[in-house]
Parts: sequence; C-alpha cells; structure tokens
Amino acid sequence: MSVAIPTSVGEVVDLLSRNPQATLLAGGTDLMVEVNLHGRRPADVVALNRVSELRSWSVDSSRRTITIGSGVPYAEMETGELARLLPALAEAARTVGSPQIRAAGTLGGNLGTCSPAGDGLPVLAALDAVIDVVGPNGARQIRFADFMVGVKRNALQPSEFVRSVTLPLVEGWQGYAKVGTRNAMVIATASVCLVRTNDRVAVALGAVGPTIIRATDAETWLAANHTMSSRPNTDTLAEFARLVRDASRPIDDHRSTAAYRRHAVGVLAQRLLTRSYS
Amino acid sequence: MNVSVVSPPRSGTLGTNASRPDGVAKVQGGFAFSSDMWAENMLWGATLRSPHPFARIVSIDVSAAWKINGVEVIVTADDVPGLNAYGLIVQDQPVFAKVGDLVRYSGEPIAAVAADHPETCKRALEAIKVEYEVFNPVVDPEECIAGRAPEIHPHGNVYRHQRIVTGDLSVEGDVVVEGDYEIGMQDQAFLGLEAALAIPDSGGDGVELYIATQWLHEDRKQIAACLGLPEEKVRLVLGGVGGAFGAREDISLQVHTCLLALRTGRPVRIAYGREESFYGHVHRHPARIWMRHHATRDGRIVKIESRMVFDGGAYCSTSPAVLINGITHTQGPYKCDNAVVDGYAVRTNNPPCGAMRGFGVVQACYAHESQMDKLAAACGIDPVEIRLLNAMETGDKLITGQVVNSVAPVEECIRATAAIPLPPDLESDPDFRDIPGGSGRTADRSHIRRGIGWGVSIKNLMYSEGFDDYSTARCRISNGVVSVKFATAEVGQGFVMLAQQIARTVLGVDEVLLDTIDTQVGSAGSTSASRQTWMSGGAVNAACVAVRDKVLAHVAQYHDMDVANLAVDGTDIVDTRGSFRVAVADVISHLDIDETAEYHHPPTEDLDENGQGNCHVAFAFVAHRAVVDVDPELGLVKVVQVATAQDVGRVLNPLSCVGQVEGGIAQGLGLAVMEEIVVTNGKVRNPSFTDYLLPTFLDAPDVEAVFIEEFEPKSPLGAKGVGEPPCISVTPAIANAIRNATGRELPRVPIRPYDVCL
Repeated sequence: MSVAIPTSVGEVVDLLSRNPQATLLAGGTDLMVEVNLHGRRPADVVALNRVSELRSWSVDSSRRTITIGSGVPYAEMETGELARLLPALAEAARTVGSPQIRAAGTLGGNLGTCSPAGDGLPVLAALDAVIDVVGPNGARQIRFADFMVGVKRNALQPSEFVRSVTLPLVEGWQGYAKVGTRNAMVIATASVCLVRTNDRVAVALGAVGPTIIRATDAETWLAANHTMSSRPNTDTLAEFARLVRDASRPIDDHRSTAAYRRHAVGVLAQRLLTRSYS
Repeated sequence: MNVSVVSPPRSGTLGTNASRPDGVAKVQGGFAFSSDMWAENMLWGATLRSPHPFARIVSIDVSAAWKINGVEVIVTADDVPGLNAYGLIVQDQPVFAKVGDLVRYSGEPIAAVAADHPETCKRALEAIKVEYEVFNPVVDPEECIAGRAPEIHPHGNVYRHQRIVTGDLSVEGDVVVEGDYEIGMQDQAFLGLEAALAIPDSGGDGVELYIATQWLHEDRKQIAACLGLPEEKVRLVLGGVGGAFGAREDISLQVHTCLLALRTGRPVRIAYGREESFYGHVHRHPARIWMRHHATRDGRIVKIESRMVFDGGAYCSTSPAVLINGITHTQGPYKCDNAVVDGYAVRTNNPPCGAMRGFGVVQACYAHESQMDKLAAACGIDPVEIRLLNAMETGDKLITGQVVNSVAPVEECIRATAAIPLPPDLESDPDFRDIPGGSGRTADRSHIRRGIGWGVSIKNLMYSEGFDDYSTARCRISNGVVSVKFATAEVGQGFVMLAQQIARTVLGVDEVLLDTIDTQVGSAGSTSASRQTWMSGGAVNAACVAVRDKVLAHVAQYHDMDVANLAVDGTDIVDTRGSFRVAVADVISHLDIDETAEYHHPPTEDLDENGQGNCHVAFAFVAHRAVVDVDPELGLVKVVQVATAQDVGRVLNPLSCVGQVEGGIAQGLGLAVMEEIVVTNGKVRNPSFTDYLLPTFLDAPDVEAVFIEEFEPKSPLGAKGVGEPPCISVTPAIANAIRNATGRELPRVPIRPYDVCL
C-alpha cells in the first residue's frame, strides 16, 4: 500500500490524474472502518489532511454565500462563527458520532461516502448547496441534487474530488433534527432539515430513501396555502406532515422499519416548522 | 453514662473504600489486557467460520492456503487429538465442525490457521475452500417443542423440559391478568475482546495458556480433554480481563490457540475483533413467556401459571441451568402458594446462548414485574402497594417448596427505594441533551411525558441443583510478607481488592501481596452467579484465619500465654485479659506459615419431576424505581433517574457496591430500550457497535442507591453477592415507566421506538 501526503489541491489533482483508482483519505471515519472491520485493502491512498486549503472556510459577503473546505471537521461546525452562520449544519454536526469522530470526520467525507444516512447531507440538500469538484480538466460546480445519485453513489468522475461546498447565507430560520435509537452517537433512523425564508420552506429528508429527498410537494403546498409570516395551525401542520411522509421512500432494515421512518420524518418536519416560529 | 467509642475501620480493611491494586493502571492505560499479550517468536492465529446457520460440510480444501508464504499450520477437526467437543454441562459443541458433519450456527468454527502475521492469516482463511450442502435453518423454538423440526443434533432439539407444580391448582382468583412477553437476545458486550496466548512446553507434551476467562479450572478440564492431555499438562494463567458478564464461561478460542501452539511448537496468539466476538461467545437467551396471575380482589396473589420458552441456539452451553433459574424465579420476590409452570430450553440454528448477568432471572423478572403492574391496575391498587402487599419474607416457601432461609428484606428494599426523592420536574426550557432524542434534537418540552415504573426482584446466589462450586485459597507468611493466592478470575469486579481487604482485616497487616491467578492452586469456581465475594471471599477468609490462628498459637507459646485470650486488634496482637500488646509485623517477620482452605456452600438438590426441591443456595433482593421521560409521538426515551435499594447483607467496599449498581443499571437499561442482537433466519444482522447499541453517557440515568445492610448469617463475611441484582428488575422498571407515560402494553424488550408510537 502506498500513501501519498500532498499539501496542495494541485498535488491532489496530479496524484489522482496519474492514479484514478487511488483511495482518498480525509478523516478516515468511514475508510478506517472499511479497512479494520471489512478488510478493505486499498492499493494506494491519498491522504488529504495536510492540504490546508481544504481545511479552511470563507464568507463571500457580496454574494451572501459561505464556502466550506471539504476537509473542515464537524467539530469546527458545532460552535463559533460557522455555527452562527449555519445553525442547521451545526445541529447536524453535533449528531455525528462521538466527539472523537467529530474531530476527524469532514463534510467532504460525507459527500464522498454519500450514505443516505450521512448527517450533513440533508442540510446541503435543503440549502441547495453547490459542490465544487476538481479534476484533471479543472473545476466544475454540481448542485447537491445532482451530486448524490444513489445509495453511496455520487456524480464524481474518476480522478475528481470534492474541494469545497458553497451554501447560501439565508435570511430566515433553519433547523435539523435526527432520530436514532440512542440519545447520542447513533446512525440516523430518519433525519430532517428545514429552512424557512420569507416566502417558502425547504425540507430535506435523510435515511428515508436511496438519496436525500427534497419534499417538494410539501414545500410547494405550504408556499401556496400558508402565509409564511404567520404560525401554521394544526390542520396546516398535519397536511404538511402528510406530504412530507408521502415524499419519503424508506425501507425496512435491522435499524428500523419503513413505517416508523415514514412516520418520523412527518413528525420531525412538523416539529421543525413549529420550532421555526418559536 | 455509657460512652462507647467506635473507631473507624482501618484504611484498606473490610468496609472501607480500599483502592484497587489494578485501579491506577487501568485508568492510566497501563494495565495489560489479554489482547495486549505478546511473546518472542509468536505466531498469530485465526479462525475460519461457517457463513451458514445450518449446512452439511461436503468438503474442506486447505491446499491453496498451505501454499501461502508465512502460513505455519492449518488445523481442522481431523487434527483435534482428544475429544472434538466441549461444553459446560454436556459436551455437544465441536472444536471444529467436521467434513460430513453439520454446522449448526452462522459463525461455527471449521478450521484455524497460524501464520507470521494477521494479514497472512486472513489470506489463508480466504484460501480455504469449503463446500456446503445448505439447509433451511430451524429458528422457531415452538417447532422444536412440537417435534416438527428436523433434528439439528444427535442430542435432540430440546435441552430440557421442566415443570413446577405446587399447591392447589383449582384455586381461581377474583382478578386474573395475563400476558405474552418476549425478551430479545442481549449481548454481554464486554469491551476487552476475547484473546489468548498459548505457549507450548519445550517437549511439546504440554501447554501454558494465558487467557481471559471466568473459570480457569473448568476451562482447563475442557481444554485438556480436547487436546488429549492430562490436566496437569495444561496450565492456565489469567490474562487481563476486560469484562465478562457471563460471556467467558464457555470455551471460545482456548482449544484453538493451544492446538495451534502445540502443532507449531511456537507461541500462538488469537485475538478476536468485535465482529468475531459476536460469533465467538454465547449471548443472553431470547425468551417467550406467558404468565397468568390470579389474585384476590384486594391484590393478594393466589396462583401463578406460566409457560417459558428459552431459545438456547445451536449448542447446549448452560441452557438447562438458565431454564431452571428462569422457572424457579417465576413468582419473583412475592408470596405464592399455588403455581404451575412449564419451561423449555430448546436447540435451534440461532446463535448459541448461555450465561449472562442475571442468568434466566432477567427474563422471568421482566414478565412477573409486567404482570404486577397489570395486577395493580386490575385491582385498582398503587404499583408500590401491591408489591408491598405480596412481598416475601424470610421463612416463606417458594413454589419449589424451598424455604427462603436467606435474609429477605423485600419490604425494606421497596420502602427504602420509595423514600428516595424523585428528580425535579423537567424545566420549562430544558437542554436538548437532557430529553428524549438527545443530540438529535427531536423534541421540545411540550412533547415530553414523564412516567414512573417499578421493578422488584429475587436472585439466587451461587450454583444450584446439587453443584458443589467450592472455592480454594492459600495464605502464606514468608519472611514477614503476607501473600494470598487463588484462582478466582478477576474480571473487573474487584476481587483482587477484596482479597486484600480480607487479609488486612483478619491478619492485622497493611501489605498483602497477591500471587499470580492461575491453576497452580485449587479451583475457585466461576466468577459468575454473584458468588465470588461469598465463595472465594469465604475461602480467603478461611485461609487467613488458619494462618492467624497459627500466628496466635506461636505468640501464645512464645510468651507462655493462653491462646484463647489472644486476638488481632488493628495491627497488633493483644491479650484481651491483660495489657500484653505486640505488633503483628514484629511477630511475623520470622515466621513461615502456609495454609490452604476450601470453602463449600451447603449442598443443594435437583428438582423432582414436579419442580420441587431445595435447588438454590441463597437469595438476594433488590427494588428499582425508574423515572423516564418519553416522547410518545416518536417513541424516544430518556431515563432520568433510577432509584434503588439493594439487599447486600453487608457492604464490604462502598465504592465497589456503587460501581456494580451503576453498571448493572446501565446494562438493564440497555436491554429495556436498545440492546439487541437482531437475528434473521439464523444470521446476526448487527455484529458491530455501530448497530448493536449500548447506552452512552447521555443515555445513562442518574442513579440513587441505598444499601440494605442486614447481616446474612449464612455468608462467611455476612455479605451477599452484589453483581447480578442491579441489572434484573431495572429492565421492567423502565418498561413500566414507559407504559405509565404512554398507556401502551409494550410486551417486548428492548422496546423499540416504533413499539411505542405506531
């Protein structure tokens, strides 16, 4: 096994151009489990933790966006300025694994693995994040909705990798909630991110389908039938929850049942919408 | 006026928070667990396991594996020199499944390799070709009972069927409540994974095994039989044990490691990873229990009917004993004169089940405590009142006909628990980490309902049904140094500390050396069944008393005094009738004394065909009250507080008692709301800590513990075992609290979110 330790994005591009099969290592919270538990033996590894560009974030105040390097660990998103700018991402980050995992795991890792249960992904979906991808032919930007294409499948071409994620700094409320069978350090059974602005809400569902699902029918119905400045009444909440449930496509597995997951996303969406007015 | 001055006990003696000799090293990370062991010229071993729960092995081809550089030996059933079978009660489990024979559970060992590196082992295992004829696994215990399932093993598909019939069965209650209950398969989930290091004797006719186990001598007996060696040629030394909870009672990697070492003539180490650990040891029996309680209108139990089915999985292990524990604890800590209980432990192609903390009583208790709440509701009585009304007392007769001679402070346990203040109400804007859903931030204050639930239990101590599980200890004085030796497995419970406390107290010394824990002294029995404080504590006490008597005799002779007047007082020997006083340290500095003692509990009996007989040695009791916040709409819970009062006889080390109580409550909480090995068609679907969920610090409740100290005269130190009771009735207490909050019946543990809200 070879391990390359590049220090710049350019070096990473070169390494991947020469060896598209190389395995990227960021926080290692997925890869090392594959190696230790499932016996995966990558021939060549490119370690990203010395690439300082990937570990930084910046705000573009004219465009009202924030760009987060793919190597920024969750621990950095939990508190401080990042948490103030992106409260839903902070809430999602706090649910990731243990403190040790959050110190190592990165948003780029979430995107690279692309599990429907990835804790950060519903936030990216609800905020219409744009993924900045770099490869031998330069950079390209992919909307999150086009980036995640299936269970653990993404739109990256061979030799491409995620450099950063750009999110809008929205005026409004944003929140995240996640159900698991334990009160911390648990894989999502179902998760929801809700963003409410002046005239609409965006709702993204995690762990209830092959990809993160935007509940567009629920979003559209609410925008058409509810004045966003006022608190929704019980009937509105119920219909909103029903439409969210209908958007989900969950399965039965050893972690939970499809019926519970469907139920849970409805409850979470309803509660987040209520919370957005409190 | 009479003034008595009671001096506090000397530091490090019985009754004090003596510090553990292994404590600092464990906290600092310096303690060598068995997975840390290493030897010069050592090889690594690994085990090939069946992926199928039920299949016939058509052929095994190891030729490709032999060609791999670094592979030193490959062993299969053909290489087992002695008996190709082991087991604690009957030897029905093969060391390796054999060509032409069956594999009976997913994970059954088929071959083992030793090589120069773990990676080489892995490649070798992948290169072994096994051809199977795969069958549909037998996974329904009822099919086994009905005789409809194919025979899985020549010993049959029922490990044991036992009835208990007592009293007047025509009695009917004014009030009748019943329920069908189910308990899922819990794992002991110790953190220190299975690991062993075997070092062959230079002549190749013996082996030394460093092993994390619960009972060195029982292991040795089974290992020697499989290796075809006399027992004295197999020497066991206790490796550092990182928890046990019953999972180290059975043989796992012991024989494989020794066999590889003997075949290669080199030290061999095997260490399981977490996934293999799930396949490598037995689990808690999943069970289905039907119970019907008859009571008078005012809530007195007049009859109990029950049927219990324990799924023992593919091999016997301790299933027959677990079954007996379950059915003989049907009534719980309550009086009952009339009962009929029908119990089965059966063989299926599910993972083998055996000992786990609580040993059958956990399952029975979940059912009877669920029933007690149903009965309370049916009679319109408070759940606490109905338990007090029926509480057992010393001298009461169990449904087995056995009289409870142990101190039985059931009422005291309940009253002391009830007296513990309830936690404050949830504040109006609580931190999300303190409410159901925790870090997932699923709920707000308005979504939460609080419930309170009770559980009370009785647990037998020591082995039952005629078993003489004696303990041995040796105490020596040599050149003024006191040392104690025993084969008692220290699995984390702190016996090493207790042994020192006993020796300090009895002999009046401060320094007590502990000899290596190995098979170079008589058996200590198993570190199981809440028995070592009583049994090995009794043996250490007896050995120390024998040494002390010799010391006193020496002093009496030397000073021409009557030995009957001499006693140890603190660190001195004194004449109780005079002014003579001499320091123990001065007396023993030139003495050589060596005494070995065995401690045996009073004999017990087998049950007869009606389940009658004095089958248990002694009993301990405990009450639990759980306060649980529930989010009924999402089915998520937060156990806020568990209050408990436990009958311990006498507290020998307060800190250790609290440790057992807090740990047991966390384990019982796990069974109540999250811990389950999910098995589908004989296959484990969650063999990892990603999906087998243990309580985190955020899930663990505040524990408020009180100890009921009523000296147990039958116990050598007045103390009862403390280890198992904490994890038994806390599970139904939590379930009852969730029922109280939601009104749901919840007949199954672990209670899953969808059980609560859908």
